[in-house]
Amino acid sequence: MTLKGLPTSRRAFLGLGVAGLAAASLGVPARAARVATKARIVIIGAGAAGTALVNRLVERLEGAAITIIDARAEHLYQPGLSLVAAGLKPASYTLSQNSDWLPDGITLVSENAAAIDPITKTVATTSGQSIAYDFLIVAPGLVLDHDAIEGFSLDMVGTNGIGALYAGPQYAAKTWEAASKFTQEGGVGLFTRPGTEMKCAGAPLKHTFLIDDIASRGVGAGKYEINYAAPQQTLFSVPIVHEKLRMLFEERGFNGYYGRVLKSIDPGTKRATFIETKLDAGTKIETKTDVEMPYDYLHVIPPQRAPDVIRQSGLSWADKWTDQGWVEVDMKTLRHLRYPEIFALGDVAGVPKGKKAASVKWMVPVVEDHLIAAIEGREGTEVYDGYTSCPMITRVGRAMLVEFDYHNNLVPSFPGIIAPLEELWISWLMKEVALKATYNAMLRGKA
Amino acid sequence: MKDLTFGTLIAVFEEIFGRGLFWAMVVAAVLVTLGYIYVLVRDRSVSWHKFLLAQLSMPFGAVAAVLFVQVMTSSHLRDIGGPVDLIVLLGVAGMGAVGAAILVYTAQSLFFRKPNP
Repeated sequence: MTLKGLPTSRRAFLGLGVAGLAAASLGVPARAARVATKARIVIIGAGAAGTALVNRLVERLEGAAITIIDARAEHLYQPGLSLVAAGLKPASYTLSQNSDWLPDGITLVSENAAAIDPITKTVATTSGQSIAYDFLIVAPGLVLDHDAIEGFSLDMVGTNGIGALYAGPQYAAKTWEAASKFTQEGGVGLFTRPGTEMKCAGAPLKHTFLIDDIASRGVGAGKYEINYAAPQQTLFSVPIVHEKLRMLFEERGFNGYYGRVLKSIDPGTKRATFIETKLDAGTKIETKTDVEMPYDYLHVIPPQRAPDVIRQSGLSWADKWTDQGWVEVDMKTLRHLRYPEIFALGDVAGVPKGKKAASVKWMVPVVEDHLIAAIEGREGTEVYDGYTSCPMITRVGRAMLVEFDYHNNLVPSFPGIIAPLEELWISWLMKEVALKATYNAMLRGKA
Repeated sequence: MKDLTFGTLIAVFEEIFGRGLFWAMVVAAVLVTLGYIYVLVRDRSVSWHKFLLAQLSMPFGAVAAVLFVQVMTSSHLRDIGGPVDLIVLLGVAGMGAVGAAILVYTAQSLFFRKPNP
């Protein structure tokens, strides 16, 4: 083996290595100086919002006493539930341990919050422990009110053609048991939406599209029908997205029924009863009647409300969502309108849009900014404008990357490259591959 | 997406593959590339004989990369829905082709080198 020319190449190698290191160091963002404080910060909830915020706060603050309250040891990657309920991922795909994500140097109280007193600034836990705070972030998520549907209970999920994917990983997997039977045998598929605000308003549609797609390649066209019943008069709150979905419904042959709220089910006869609200265009009089719809597969999504601890603590809106109890916050800063040392994040925040992790990603830096500004005795500047995103899966392998804000404007992240209202493979790849990675990076406070 | 920085991208890739596998793949890619540059500098010329075999491996690399991505993401060629999808598909195929060519060329040069006269 000849060594001719090697000295030159070795020098060239060293040069390359130095150039590589220089390039790598350029990519490291500068970090803001840490703020020294003795503030007591309490976070209720170690879900997507609480975890993302606490990981950012420990990077920004020096000496703060941060306590996070959550009885649940498992962390749920909720965006994955739609994939589990379509047989594309196992239930374990959505599960991890809270301890995997929480940073060192904070106090974890493995209990639930039982009461919040915003006057004395204390949180009482279920064991009776009282925790004082200077700043409180409420991010406990929401409660699925399954009892509100007469004749339904969670143990029915997976049997008799009943699905309920929101209820958690094991129920999402059972939902697939019932749904896959439908995709093999056909019949009438009935998909619902609740009358309350809900987390991920796209999920009921995604489930409908996915089950239709799988049935079209299973039992085959003509052997099944898809009925979609929603309490609203539209398929989606953003008008331009509604129109696109309406066209897709037509193209795929779905029947859309508007103004229908699921009231009760009879699993024996496989019939669901809805309360149908009709508005007479002339007299403007609303009439409510019961309507029965048959099903072979039924997807139940119950009403969604703030946890009792929030509703009983006087933090909720008094004149809005009174049956649901979302926290009364400024929609741009997420700061409580009556108690400025309280912020709300995620599902529980009483804002017009954004009960999902994609919103949380944009909410957390805003709360972080205003919280640290308050500690430093100044005003924060960051504003949350309602950004949220919905990778609207339209079949296995395709999705529309719908992103919008409070004003019903589309706010695409990749304008001119990824069209928001086009069914694309790249948008599916984002949901399937990149979303969980981005979510996990968010949990660690890095995205 | 908020704050799409280099650091975010690294964090995302670490999450996709797991920290260990991602950095192992980065190291492998860097090593193969460095090996390639090394043999080019060392030999002071491109061996067209080796390059021919490397070129022949390109279509296999392209197809393998596309199949790998499709299997990993439960998708199919029928899911191509717009121009950007085609670009992504060609990009994946291109990376597979170039990766295969560099790998084959470097492997030949490093391990199957005929002794110099």
